[in-house]
Formats: sequence, structure tokens, C-alpha cells
Amino acid sequence: MTTTTAATDTDTALMAHLLRRAGFGATRNQIDHYLEKGYEATVEELLNPEYGEPEDQDLLDRYFIASTEARSVGHADPQWSWRMATSPKQLEEKIALFWHSLLAVGGIKLDHGMEMLTEIDLFRRVGLGKFRTLLLEISRNPGMMYWLDNQNSHKDAPNENYGRELLELFSMGIDQNGEGAYTEDDVKAAARAFTGWASKPTMPPFFLGPFPMEFRFDPEDHDERDKTLLGETGNWNGDDAVNIIVQQPATAEFISRRLYQFFVADEPDQQEVRKLADVFTENDGEIRAVLRAIFNSEHFKSEEIRFRKVKSPAELVYGTARLTDRFDLPDMDTSQLANYAMFMGQHLLNPPSVEGWHEGEEWIDSGALVERINFASSQLERTDAPGVEQMLERVRSAGDSLSPREYVNACLDAMGAIQLSDRTMNILTEHAAGQSIHQDQRNRATEMFQLIASTPDYQYC
Amino acid sequence: MASNGNGSNGRAKNLVVIQLSGGNDYLNTVVPYQDGLYYDYRPVMGLSGNKVIPLDERVAFNSHMGPFKRLFDAGKMAVIMGIGYPEPNRSHFRSMDIWHTAEPEIASSEGWLGKTTKAIDPEGKNPVTAVNFGRGLPRALAYPGVSVASVGALESYGLYTGLAGASNRDALLDTVSRIYQPMSQEGFPSLQILQTGRGMLDGADLLRSAPDAYSSNVEYNADNPIAQSLKGVAQVMSADLGTRIFYTQHGSFDTHTNELVNHAKLWDEVSEAVECFWADLAEQGQADDTVIWMFSEFGRRIEDNGAGTDHGSGGVAFMIGNPVKGGLHGEYPSLDPADQLEGDVHYNTDYRDAYATILDEFLHVDSEWVLKKKFNPMTELVASRA
Repeated sequence: MTTTTAATDTDTALMAHLLRRAGFGATRNQIDHYLEKGYEATVEELLNPEYGEPEDQDLLDRYFIASTEARSVGHADPQWSWRMATSPKQLEEKIALFWHSLLAVGGIKLDHGMEMLTEIDLFRRVGLGKFRTLLLEISRNPGMMYWLDNQNSHKDAPNENYGRELLELFSMGIDQNGEGAYTEDDVKAAARAFTGWASKPTMPPFFLGPFPMEFRFDPEDHDERDKTLLGETGNWNGDDAVNIIVQQPATAEFISRRLYQFFVADEPDQQEVRKLADVFTENDGEIRAVLRAIFNSEHFKSEEIRFRKVKSPAELVYGTARLTDRFDLPDMDTSQLANYAMFMGQHLLNPPSVEGWHEGEEWIDSGALVERINFASSQLERTDAPGVEQMLERVRSAGDSLSPREYVNACLDAMGAIQLSDRTMNILTEHAAGQSIHQDQRNRATEMFQLIASTPDYQYC
Repeated sequence: MASNGNGSNGRAKNLVVIQLSGGNDYLNTVVPYQDGLYYDYRPVMGLSGNKVIPLDERVAFNSHMGPFKRLFDAGKMAVIMGIGYPEPNRSHFRSMDIWHTAEPEIASSEGWLGKTTKAIDPEGKNPVTAVNFGRGLPRALAYPGVSVASVGALESYGLYTGLAGASNRDALLDTVSRIYQPMSQEGFPSLQILQTGRGMLDGADLLRSAPDAYSSNVEYNADNPIAQSLKGVAQVMSADLGTRIFYTQHGSFDTHTNELVNHAKLWDEVSEAVECFWADLAEQGQADDTVIWMFSEFGRRIEDNGAGTDHGSGGVAFMIGNPVKGGLHGEYPSLDPADQLEGDVHYNTDYRDAYATILDEFLHVDSEWVLKKKFNPMTELVASRA
């Protein structure tokens, strides 16, 4: 789209773009910090978060008492909400969100907060690594086993649910006609390979607490006969099945396409996806390598894909929350953020089905748009929030002799070097021209921030 | 949509949904008060004596449903016994989804009433064909291309109503309204977001003004949330905006503990609110054109747990309105251990039969298209036409 560049500095606009896609977005000061570091170094920092229990975990557990050993999804989501609003390791949370929607397990069936958080942490731990490791771990994950009925899959009566979704939704995918690069016989073979893979509850740490679940393999219940999966015959077990599946070209293509849609654009560019599939294959399915190829590509850096991807509710909520920079204690306000995302149609830890969420334009219905605009404008009204103060200060220091267009540009820059379409820009410029010059300067800027956050443009990242 | 005064006629009706969230305890709503097994299974939670209002020699309403008894006696309330679906799921989320999507076997993201809205208004010309009272869209109303307004409170519905410093609200709205004009795509990936924004703004204007046109002698309890939601329904109806589907909910009916107190309070609230709404419908001239549908995601265990009841299956639903033929419909499921389903009552009416009734008989929408299969409309629930 034709855009009016707000940031005069194209590097700034590019860095802002990277941080919106690889993370939830950044304040203008944070963008400056990363600009000093440089683009590629920033990409590497994002790609290599050091996994581990965060320093503030103890604080979090003390504030959200009910969310430690969380019983339900409702008890669990404050933990993740806090991380998405505050974690300095943005891509670690973003990739968890990606896998949460692709390898979807949800409270819709697994009403077990503790297990849901275990899943999310699994995604943090191995979500940027080899896809083989991830698929193997998720296949051994008790929550997933329960979610897709694998505990009901027996040697003499295999349940095909996991075998089918593993191929259709988690690895090889199907085309628009519902056809996959695998057959019904492959589904049956995969199901047989996973017989005996199940979960069992263990003793709860607290009285009346949830039962932590453990992976359990029952060799007695495993089908030991030969199976032919994707053309390879042998006495395959679940880990063999994963090994076979991850080497399929269809898997490389499917995972690359989903990464593209999540990080680059809602509509996949087939040529770019093929390039990424090659990177996937050359790097033994390492997700980090694919993302590195994405973020460093000229395609990703180009103007044409900026502000073309609809922000998911989580991206809108946590992006705006980060802009205000006001979440310094894990209080109710932070956990409330997850509720706002739910009001907008994304109930975290409870995706609507095994298919996860449908991304893109589907996010925006009229009820959700009301919630989006009201949320963002009420957050930006908080002029005492450090992030908003910072924004006000930036607009103030841009000077008091700005033309209306320059004024809107100063506000856009303060909000993280974002941009508007020409038409929206013109309307906001007219609005700025109509604002009384005698108006309190802080009110004037706040009003413009709120308007910018209300635009259709702000719904895209 | 004011009544044409023809009484029971063939006109398409409005649908008002009251969702009882959390799993309403069927056995303590419609009580099998002459069944010894009921009292065996419910040593603590069993209701008897002045705790029940007999409907016949076998079943009784909970004593906190006095207003319902009056509607029942007036012949306007159908009580649908043992409603449910095959292979019950006892997760709130999943079971509610099953009711919302009319798909008991597969996970679907298309709501049956969203699809109904699509059938009523295929081009989405009216942004308020369906209105939800509450925040967040229930999946029942989700359908691609269907715009549904979700209203917390009518008076404060719309953009920027929650801002602390709302002095500039008009200025904000004025500019936002200029931006959301779906005249041309102009730089956006699609026109849809502009159309959605337009529908949102138009719908908000329509809905916010609804209370202005409304007057009624009915006094809804200000402290009863479901009464307030139903008042909102009456206001929107009286404003004649073309709204056909109204969605409300009340809860939580998830009475694992302290059921005798909580369940009673919930039914006090619901039955009082419905009676007020019923009176209001008559006053607004909508009584002949409106059907109320009440359901819950599941019933509860037959046996109590000493303080309440746990998640079960099989339940009761209510259909209320002048177009409805009142009475008890279907058999009360047997509590005999041999007839139970894993400790719950066995359902004997498929919920999609009730949906087919609502669609074919009242809304005049092809149920086969909405439900993807032909179910059996319960024509016995339809009042004979004058």
C-alpha cells in the first residue's frame, strides 16, 4: 500500500516492523536501543533467548497465588498474560503463541491449567529448535495425549485421532480440497505407531489441587507389528513415526507456510514459502534457521508487507500494553489483559478447536472492533503510564511549530514509528488542523494517540 | 417489527435466548418429587414438601420458580424433558460448544445462530439483525461474514464510552466515523475492515438510541443482571430496528457446592426476570411474535456430592411464548440404575430437534441448511394457529 512514512529514518521504521512481527512491538525508546545494536544483531538476540525460569517467577507466584499449580484455564492465564506483557524475550513468547495455535491444546477439553502452562513452557523451551524435537515432545506431552484421545488408543483398538491430526494439522497439512500428501493408510499406520503412548495422573502437590500428568508408555499395549508409514515399513514406534514425518517435503512446506503466515503475511507468497521450505530442509528442520531466513530476507524487509497482517487480539492487547509500559507488578490489571483478548475473540489457553485460531481478517467482527478500539484508547488515556509519558515527551520535544501533518507524524513516531495509509493520514491531518491550538498540549496529543489507535490501520501490524 | 396484532399467525418470530451457563441441575429444577430413587440419590440436595411446586402427580418445579409456574399454567411454557446429545461431554467448554455449533461430533467454529442470522440477512444489510447482551461473542453467534453487536449495557454501548476523560468523545467519534467509510479499499488489504467498522458505528448509534424510544410500566430489578439484560432486549425490540435474534445469559449454575442456596437464588433471578419480560412483551406488542429459548450446556449428576452436584448430562430446556404450546414434553428420564448413563440421566430428546423446531416453525429459516442435516421439528411444541 502507499504509505506516508512517519519515521524519516527508514532504519527506524524497519526496526519497528521487526519488533512488531518477531515480538509484540516496542516503545520508541526501545526501538532506539535496538537501532544502536543493529538489525542483524537484534535478529540474533531475538532468535536466541536464554531459556529458564524468569527472575520474577517468585513475584508472579506470590501475586497470582491461584495460578501456581493452576487448576483451570482461568487460574492459569495470568501467568502467561504477565509474560506477554513484560518479558524482555519477546520472540520466546511469540513463538509460544504460534505453536499454541498450531499444536493447539485447549481448555475446551483439557480443563487443567497446570498442563496448559506446561505446554506453553514446552514451546518456550524447544519452540525455536528442531521441529523433530518439538513434535516428539508434544507427542509425549500428557495434555496432548489426553486432548487427542491417545490414552484410548490400544494395540487391538487404535484410536486414530492423534495419528490423523499429527499428519493433517501438525506436520504435513492438507490442501484446499482436503487432500494431503498422505493416505488414510498412513493415518492408520501412524495411529498404530502411537499405541501405548498415554498419560497418567500423579499425586497432586496440594490438597484439592490438580493432578500433574505424566507421560506413560505401555509396551504391553503397543502394536509391535510392521507398519507402512509414508512408504517406509518397519515395526515403528511413535518416535520412528515422528522421524519419518519430519523428513517429508510436505512437512517442510507446511511448517514454512504457517511460519510465513504468522510472521510475514496472512496470504502466503508461494515462492517465498518454497525458499523457506528449503531452509527448513537444509537445517534439519530448525525453526530458528527458518525465522532467521525470514527476518533477514529482502521480502520481509520490504514496504509491501508492512501493515498487511491483521493483529491477533493477543498482538493488539499486549502490543498496546507494552506501549504504555505500565505493567510493573503482576496485579489484577495484568491478568485482566487476557480477558480483553478474550472479549476480542481470542481466549488464550482455550483455542476453539484442535485447528487453533483462524488468523487474518476473521479476527475482526463488529463486536471485536468495538472492544479493540475501546481497549486501546483507554490504555493510551493513562497519561501517568511511563510509556505514555514518554510518548507525550517526544511529541512535546518535536516543537510547537509543527504543521498538522508534521504533528500527526510526530505522534505516529512516538507510538513506535508506525505508519498510516494516505487516506487515514489525510483525515487525521484535518483533525489535527481542527484541534484548537489553545488546547492543553497533553490533551491534544493524547487525543491523537487515541485516534491513531482507533484507525483500521492500527488493526494491522 | 411491531406486532401486527393478528395473534397466532404465520409470521416469522423473534428469538430470545437465555443461556443458563455452568450446567443447570435438571433434577432440582424440574423435580421428580414422587420418585423414591430421587431422594435416595439426593440425601442432602433432595427437594420436597414446600421446596417444590407440583406440576402434576410426578414432577414439580423448584419452589424458587413460582413465576414459571404461572407461565406454565397459562399454557405458554413448554418444558422439554431429558434434552441432550449422544456421547455427552462433561466439560463446560466443550459441551457449550456442542450446543452452540449444533455439532456434537466434531469441533466447529460456526455457530448455529450466526448461520441463522446469515440466512435471515444474507447480505448483512442490518448490523443489528442479531444482538448479544454481554461481552465477547458466544460461539452460537459466530459465523463468517455475520456482524453481531455485543452489548454490555445499551446506554453505554459504543466507542469511547468507558473513557475517563470523555470530554472529547464527540471529536473522536466524528473523525473515526469519517475514517470508516467503505467507499474504496484505498491502501487496505481489504474493504472488509472498513465495512465492519461502518456496521459497528451504525449499529452502535441504533442500539444506543433504543432506550429513548422505550417506555414501559414493567419494573425490572436493577440488581438482577438477567432482568437488566432482558430489559435491554425489550428496549431493542420496541425500537423496531429489525433485530430478530437476541442472546442473553445468566449464571453460574455450576453448583458443585452450596447448591441449595445458590441454585435457589439463580432461579429466583431467572424466573422473576422472565415474568417481567413476559409482561413487557405484551406491553410492547411483541408477545405474539417472540419465542424464548432457555438451555444449559448440561445437567448434573443424579447423585449429590453432599454439598452440591457435579457435572452430568441430559437436561431440561424451556420454550416460552404465545406461539408455543405449553406443557411437559417428552418423558422424564428414568433414575433407575439400569437406565442411567454413567451416573447421569439418559437424554431422550436430541437438542437439534428443538433447534429444527425453532428454525422451521418459528424463525422460518431452513433448518436443514443451518444444521446440515434434517432433524425432526417438534411440531407438538407449536401452538395451533388461529
